[in-house]
Amino acid sequence: MSRMIKYSEAVNEAIHSSMAKDENVICYGLGTDDPLGVFGTTLGLQEEFGSERVFDMPTSENAMTGIAIGAALNGIRSVMTHQRLDFFLLAMDQLVNNAAKWRYMYGGQCSVPITIRLIIGRGWGQGPTHSQNLQSWFAHIPGLKVIIPTNPYDAKGMLTEAIFDDNPVVMLEHRWLHNMAGDVPKERYRVAIDKAAIVREGRDVTIVSLSYMSIEAIHAVDELKKLGISCELIDLRSVNPIDWPTIFTSVRKTGRLLVADTAQQTCSVASEIIARCAIELFDQLKAPPRCLALPDLPTPTSHYLTGGYYYRAYDIASSVLKALNKQAEISGLKPQAGVALDVPGNWFKGPF
Amino acid sequence: MNKEKILPKLYGMMSKIRITEETIAGRYSEQEMRCPTHLSIGQEAVAAAAGLAMRKDDFAVSTHRAHAHYLGKGGNLNSMIAEIYGKESGCSKGIGGSMHLIDKSVGFMGSTAIVGGTIPVGVGLGFSAKLKKTDQLSCVFLGDGAVEEGVFYESVNFAVLKKLPVLFICENNMYSVYSPMHVRQPKGRKIHKMVQGIGMKSSHGDGNDVLEAYAKIEHAIKVIRSGEGPYFLEFDTYRWREHCGPNYDNHIGYRTEAEYEEWKKRDPLVVAVETNAEILSVAVCEQIHKASTSEVEAAFEFARHSAKPSLNDALGYLYK
Repeated sequence: MSRMIKYSEAVNEAIHSSMAKDENVICYGLGTDDPLGVFGTTLGLQEEFGSERVFDMPTSENAMTGIAIGAALNGIRSVMTHQRLDFFLLAMDQLVNNAAKWRYMYGGQCSVPITIRLIIGRGWGQGPTHSQNLQSWFAHIPGLKVIIPTNPYDAKGMLTEAIFDDNPVVMLEHRWLHNMAGDVPKERYRVAIDKAAIVREGRDVTIVSLSYMSIEAIHAVDELKKLGISCELIDLRSVNPIDWPTIFTSVRKTGRLLVADTAQQTCSVASEIIARCAIELFDQLKAPPRCLALPDLPTPTSHYLTGGYYYRAYDIASSVLKALNKQAEISGLKPQAGVALDVPGNWFKGPF
Repeated sequence: MNKEKILPKLYGMMSKIRITEETIAGRYSEQEMRCPTHLSIGQEAVAAAAGLAMRKDDFAVSTHRAHAHYLGKGGNLNSMIAEIYGKESGCSKGIGGSMHLIDKSVGFMGSTAIVGGTIPVGVGLGFSAKLKKTDQLSCVFLGDGAVEEGVFYESVNFAVLKKLPVLFICENNMYSVYSPMHVRQPKGRKIHKMVQGIGMKSSHGDGNDVLEAYAKIEHAIKVIRSGEGPYFLEFDTYRWREHCGPNYDNHIGYRTEAEYEEWKKRDPLVVAVETNAEILSVAVCEQIHKASTSEVEAAFEFARHSAKPSLNDALGYLYK
């Protein structure tokens, strides 16, 4: 039976059911118990599980990450929440030097089962320090797992899997996904955190996208289908590990690759995917791989600039047409005049 | 405090640490111990006292200069030497080296190379004890340099906020590598006084007097176990040799030979004997040193004859 809930509610259910299942799961972060519950993702948890297991915390990202590591060494599974990824940069020392290394550098004797939720902003002037997706920083560190689910079903299942994974997991949540609804079972379930998802099967072009760009890509793929162009859309879901078999199998089939990333291009997940495909499948590519990633420029704050800064479905479809050396009318994908480009929808009235 | 009972144990541990470290220094030039190695010679007392005062199931974490803390807590000597030799039988399977020691069987949960890096980890272990409602405590060994890291204040704040069972032991040896105190902290700063301003109980002692250190640590542990929250102890002490490596470096100019000689007069082992000759007789000390020496020699034999690690095994350590 279908049950539509929002991404933020799916995240909430994952934490809720994990805490109910295992008393060693705890949850904290700035604003965890505030009236809005971090965009709804932590609402009601403290009421249910008490202030010892669910709590607001000092503004100390680095120490609180180290504290999660120490507690993890004694079996506590912390779910930490950060309302913007950018603030978490203060904790890179504990994440990179300790969380990612603890198991390895002591010869496999310890596990650090922590989950770190990082929210990525976009639009409404989030600007240079509230909208960075630094996924490739995290993906670059051996010892971490890095997931970036797109839809509510995956958000619930992958977060649950992450909480019970014995390794440190960073989960990236795009703010524009929080209010999107999807079919989510009420019961507890887990989704593997090392597999990409084939969202649309196709034969002409492989599109690998992630997070919010997968939503844009779905619009592009469905529009292109009307023109007889068949795209295979892979929602990456995890950037460490990357599901190479799924990507390679698809590119072998289509011979064409477009990667749509939500981060800056240089040293990005997109460039890694293109590089690996070029190395592994060079003689099977029918056209040069294509990349849609953000320019190597920090996000501008002014809403007059953000519209041109981010790529959308129209750009994805245009890029597919170029890869196929085709021309077609896709103006239906163009944002209509008068539609604001710095918000996920007209329902959004700011500020976060 | 039953001096007759504990002093030989404390002296025995100091002797074990001293002879271990001297042997590392003596054999370092053989080029078989190929990792950054920070010796604890001159700083044996606090480690010996802390290790004895804590319970086996109490947790401890430490720094780049961790040999003494590891051994004091009861860490396996053979595994430590093998680790420094980079062998598969090392306490970290040869992956960690001198700066990354662990012996979970005695609650020594890890040491790391980044200054201040284990402070929050130790606080987190204390937090876990509180969550699990055990009466364990967590001991964080740190140096005077770590007090300058932001993570120290963040960690102390949380420990005080949540009244966590954490014992902070700061060995102030006055130097961060070559940087003296006066370029790092304001004149007149007393670290143990400063932390009182953050809400933590604290005390200060002579880090080269093993009985004084033991008494202070024992008291702090009592306070912590009674549920009154964290406690901070600052001990003055001195490392005899260079920051990292087997040599003396008084000649290069960042500190003076005279300063070193002054501290050497206050050698923790000598101080213990001088003030307690009735317990630590010449015969007793000789017996202790002899036992330590043969234990250390056996550890080096074990390390040298242990198997090499493999990169394939290393890959398997990364993820569970």
